[in-house]
Amino acid sequence: MADKDRKRVAYYPGCTLEGTGHAYNRSTKAVGKELGLELVELKNWNCCGAMEVKNIDNQVQTYLSARNLAIAEEMGFDTVMAPCNGCYHNLKKAEYDLEHNPTAIAANQRISQKAGHATYHPGKVETIHALDWLIDAVGLDEMARRAQGRLKGMKVANYYGCMYTRPRHIFPEKDKGPGSESTLKPHFMDDILAAAGAENVEFPLKTACCGGAHALSDSDISTRLVLNILETAEACGAEVIATECPTCHTGLEMHKVRAEKTLGRKTNIKILYFTQLLGMAMGLSAKKVGVNENYLDSSDLLKSKGLG
Amino acid sequence: MPIHEKSLIRPENLVTNDNLVIDGVDVSGHWSTFIKSRTVTDYNEAMQEEIAAMPGGENIHRCWQCGSCTNACTVNAVNPEFNPRYWIYLIRTGMEEELLRDKDIIWQCVSCNKCTYACPRDVFPEGVMKATAHWLELKGHTGKSPSSHFDDDFTESIIDTGMIEEARVLLTFFKRTKQPLAQPWLIALITSLLKKMPVGYLFRLGFLTVFRPKVRNWSKNRVALQEYVDERKAAQRAALGMTGKGDH
Ligand code: SF4
Ligand code: SF4
Repeated sequence: MADKDRKRVAYYPGCTLEGTGHAYNRSTKAVGKELGLELVELKNWNCCGAMEVKNIDNQVQTYLSARNLAIAEEMGFDTVMAPCNGCYHNLKKAEYDLEHNPTAIAANQRISQKAGHATYHPGKVETIHALDWLIDAVGLDEMARRAQGRLKGMKVANYYGCMYTRPRHIFPEKDKGPGSESTLKPHFMDDILAAAGAENVEFPLKTACCGGAHALSDSDISTRLVLNILETAEACGAEVIATECPTCHTGLEMHKVRAEKTLGRKTNIKILYFTQLLGMAMGLSAKKVGVNENYLDSSDLLKSKGLG
Repeated sequence: MPIHEKSLIRPENLVTNDNLVIDGVDVSGHWSTFIKSRTVTDYNEAMQEEIAAMPGGENIHRCWQCGSCTNACTVNAVNPEFNPRYWIYLIRTGMEEELLRDKDIIWQCVSCNKCTYACPRDVFPEGVMKATAHWLELKGHTGKSPSSHFDDDFTESIIDTGMIEEARVLLTFFKRTKQPLAQPWLIALITSLLKKMPVGYLFRLGFLTVFRPKVRNWSKNRVALQEYVDERKAAQRAALGMTGKGDH
């Protein structure tokens, strides 16, 4: 894990980071650049299969993810970094299935051959999240040194969502004791933001579900789930929710507005990507980390903290 | 801790009598509430196998009914009628009619995998929920849920271009589910965005259909994927004893 050099890794942004989540794309790249890390985008990548393809057929999703891993392999990388929880999850799942599930292996081989490209060799490429990337390639001490406590006094609820930790079996490197990530109570984002000076609140809904799967197809459930997350974070004393997934982030923003419009329940908490908070802590401007590209405005909070 | 399974006794099966004496014992009133006994005769013995043949349902036979899934379930916390453990029980015992009472909510699983995390038997209840919803649609018990429309639209876009075209998917979805695009909250969101965003980003955001992302040289992948998906769909229909083609 940490023995690999991760200063230069393959980068898989995925569809969402090119669309609704581009503020995350921008801030991830900006933070990487500031820290002297190199992200090499996968050539001609395709969608990882999102959640929807799995519901139609598991093997098709595995193939779609594996094609991206095959590209990383061909480009000579042993690590691919995917900041989106959905992509990260799917690539990990493909890796697991191609090592353990004969049906998936056969289907991947067959579709890859027919499509005329090399079949991915399982075990060749490790997928990591942006959180792993920063912790492995830079380390908390260095981030703390760069941030000089600029997030001091900012009360943050760290929200990880579902796909970063569940199901457990696709994350063999987690739950390995000190230094590793926990699937029950993840803490990598907490650690990074604490290093930048933030005051993390005790937040029980770190891995609660925002209903992202039904953000549009069953909006009422999503709104209730999101509202619960927002209100709980506020009750825990947080001023801002830090996110590390574009689907969660957009879901929180969307249903924050929807809760206000349809249920009359207004919440004041801000929602920012952890990369935006970290970037500003390292002295990048709000614009550089795409704060103006978020759906909801956070400028009053940032101003009051002297950030951006 | 709420009693998760309280809803299993339906109100119409609870009986209290104002005046009733059985064998000289007074059993009137609330303290002597009876639960009507049920006789089930129409078991569908094929049900478990059929659902196991749908994507996600493969491990249903492993369930030992511990209830951890229901206890951990996100949707159950919002709606106690949503009960994965109970549905798995009904499927495994073939109680189709009982299952059909809940046919309109099974698709509401949000795929959070809390159940999978909690399950001691690797049943993958999340997959079982999807498989069951799928089975209900294939059998014609329910129409296509908004969620299946979404799955179809996404998959179609991905097989076709290798990517999700957010604009195309959203517009098709709203059209197919007959929802107006002009919903107050959506408008509020989009206007707040328009106010702050440089025009260039709007193209990328995909609310305009001008920008159509595509993977280069995707045509062979498209053919290979389509062929595979068609084959799988035919296999599923065959497992349900359905022949012939047609969109469900
Ligand atoms: S994945 Fe579905 S069934 Fe499982 S806990 Fe989440 S909502 Fe409930
Ligand atoms: S947690 Fe697993 S074993 Fe327990 S009832 Fe649910 S599906 Fe069955």
